[in-house]
Amino acid sequence: MHHLPRCRTAHGLLLAALVSLPAFAQVDFTGEWSPLYHEDGPERLPGPELGDYTELPINAAARMAGDTYDADRISVVPEYQCRPHGGDYSMRGLGNLRIWRDIDQNSEKLIAFHTHLLAWDSERTVWMDGRPHPPDYAPHTWQGFSTGVWDGNMLTITTTHFKTNYMRRNGIPRSDKAVLTEHWTRHGDYLTVVTVIEDPVYLTEPLVRSDNWYLDPGQNIGIFGCEYAPEVPRPEGTVPNHLVGQNPFLHEFANWYGLPYEATRGGAETMYPEYRKKIANEYHPPDHCERYCKCTSLFDCNVTSK
Amino acid sequence: MTMPGRFSVARAMLRAASPLLGALLCLAQGQINPDNVKLTLAPVQGKVYVLMGDGGNITVQVGPDGVMLVDTGFAPLAPKAMAEIRKISDGPIRWIVNTHVHNDHTGGNAEMAKLGLTHESIGPPRIVAQSNVLNRMTAPPAGNQPKIPEAAWPNDEYFLPTKDFFFNGEAVVVYHVPAAHTDGDSLVFFRRSDVLSTGDVFTPGTYPILDLARGGSVQGEIDALNKIIDITVPAKYQEGGTLVIPGHGRLCDEADVVEYRNMLTVVRDRFRDMIHKGMTLEQIKAAKPTLDYDTQYGSTTGFWTTDMFVEAVYKSLSGKK
Repeated sequence: MHHLPRCRTAHGLLLAALVSLPAFAQVDFTGEWSPLYHEDGPERLPGPELGDYTELPINAAARMAGDTYDADRISVVPEYQCRPHGGDYSMRGLGNLRIWRDIDQNSEKLIAFHTHLLAWDSERTVWMDGRPHPPDYAPHTWQGFSTGVWDGNMLTITTTHFKTNYMRRNGIPRSDKAVLTEHWTRHGDYLTVVTVIEDPVYLTEPLVRSDNWYLDPGQNIGIFGCEYAPEVPRPEGTVPNHLVGQNPFLHEFANWYGLPYEATRGGAETMYPEYRKKIANEYHPPDHCERYCKCTSLFDCNVTSK
Repeated sequence: MTMPGRFSVARAMLRAASPLLGALLCLAQGQINPDNVKLTLAPVQGKVYVLMGDGGNITVQVGPDGVMLVDTGFAPLAPKAMAEIRKISDGPIRWIVNTHVHNDHTGGNAEMAKLGLTHESIGPPRIVAQSNVLNRMTAPPAGNQPKIPEAAWPNDEYFLPTKDFFFNGEAVVVYHVPAAHTDGDSLVFFRRSDVLSTGDVFTPGTYPILDLARGGSVQGEIDALNKIIDITVPAKYQEGGTLVIPGHGRLCDEADVVEYRNMLTVVRDRFRDMIHKGMTLEQIKAAKPTLDYDTQYGSTTGFWTTDMFVEAVYKSLSGKK
């Protein structure tokens, strides 16, 4: 007769423990991860071709920004030399990823996930404690301000307060008004991250992309380090740019891949399968692959197939 | 992005810029109902805070020596602004610096000076401004525009490239940036707090307001933005470090100013090319030379439209009236 109450007590304690441990009831992304580049390899590894705006639902403003962008800006403008990827782009870039978490030792509740990426030592905090986003007047940062909520076993992250940066590294901008939504899902040793960027300044509809990572413990992520140093003599305040209609490189991408020029100009209307039918008669792919024929890692992603 | 109170602020500025509409200046200030205005006092870093709301941003530095302000907002908002300042300091206002002449930055001079007196005061605060600000505020008003009261005038004007003083344990350096937003713009650098207050030389939510009638110019504005970039030093990877309080809008740092400078430099290059080719203002407008920036900085309505910006850039670079 004495055993029954004790057994009930134990069950009650176990139940209470399970209910009060949300941190352990959810997926843990803690660990070291390596990126997979089977998606958008040429864009992410060597960098996008000039004038390639495909798959981007951009508006006319973003297209003009890309058309007049001069990549010399990265080196000639000293303040750009150490400018990191934005939080919406950093997980598409080069380098490994470390994720760890903060758990409050008194409540055992999950407070935050942290990420560290090799490129520019970029660190981000995803707050899981329900705190609000900062007010409008707060400074913006490269990584933005992130909060996360669980949707079943999927972590959904919302990030605001970005600094203006690039959506694609060929001059297509992403504004400081953009909002990033991420969906993180773990499948065993693989992590899938789906990102949705909404930008009222440069997009006509959300830009959806994804990338994947595999668990790769034991990494030694080094220090990136960066110090800007003017190396090109130029008048102070020089900002390289192509005058409207005078960028000589815009047709290269279309010519190399046999695409109609209009198809490379981006915009929502060019993103969906129906568009293939529209350009079917104008698409003349080269006889054999000449550029980025294999591009799954930094080491096999060569411009030529040789 | 336009701040909620920006419409009325800049409308007043625009009216002030036109002698014919000068009579409406007081009306614009009078239209501000302090009860409908929300002012937010936020810490920046070090000893510096910012007061944001309807009107220009007010920079507030506090410490054992008392209170220093950069700009004073609209006159009707002074009691409300002072109430916010009293939450962080009961010391006297000893210094006011006006970044330029417009009344959304100088309108509260007299009232704030009066409200800022305490038993520790040794007299009214020093009101620092570049000498062109004093010249414009003391000039006979045009039309029916009311005379600006003497108590609101700068009483410590400067005409050299810089002026500096030491207050609340830090050096304060005031830099004149000529012919930018106006001809009397000042940047105010709090050296130990590492905060720069820019006035309307930098307004990250809108195209720069080039007050050509008061001596502003495109090239001066670009030079002023480059001066800001010279003064500011970012922390790791182009972020943080020196914080920048713009004339209107959110807190920023060097990287935000760089984007703004880049925009105006690219716009200047395009206009120079078009003017060199002999294009008229109408032809330039039709070519939409600012299309890539309009969704970020432009506006088709309100006090400072994209059209007005384009016209100002054209006039400034072409020399045509």
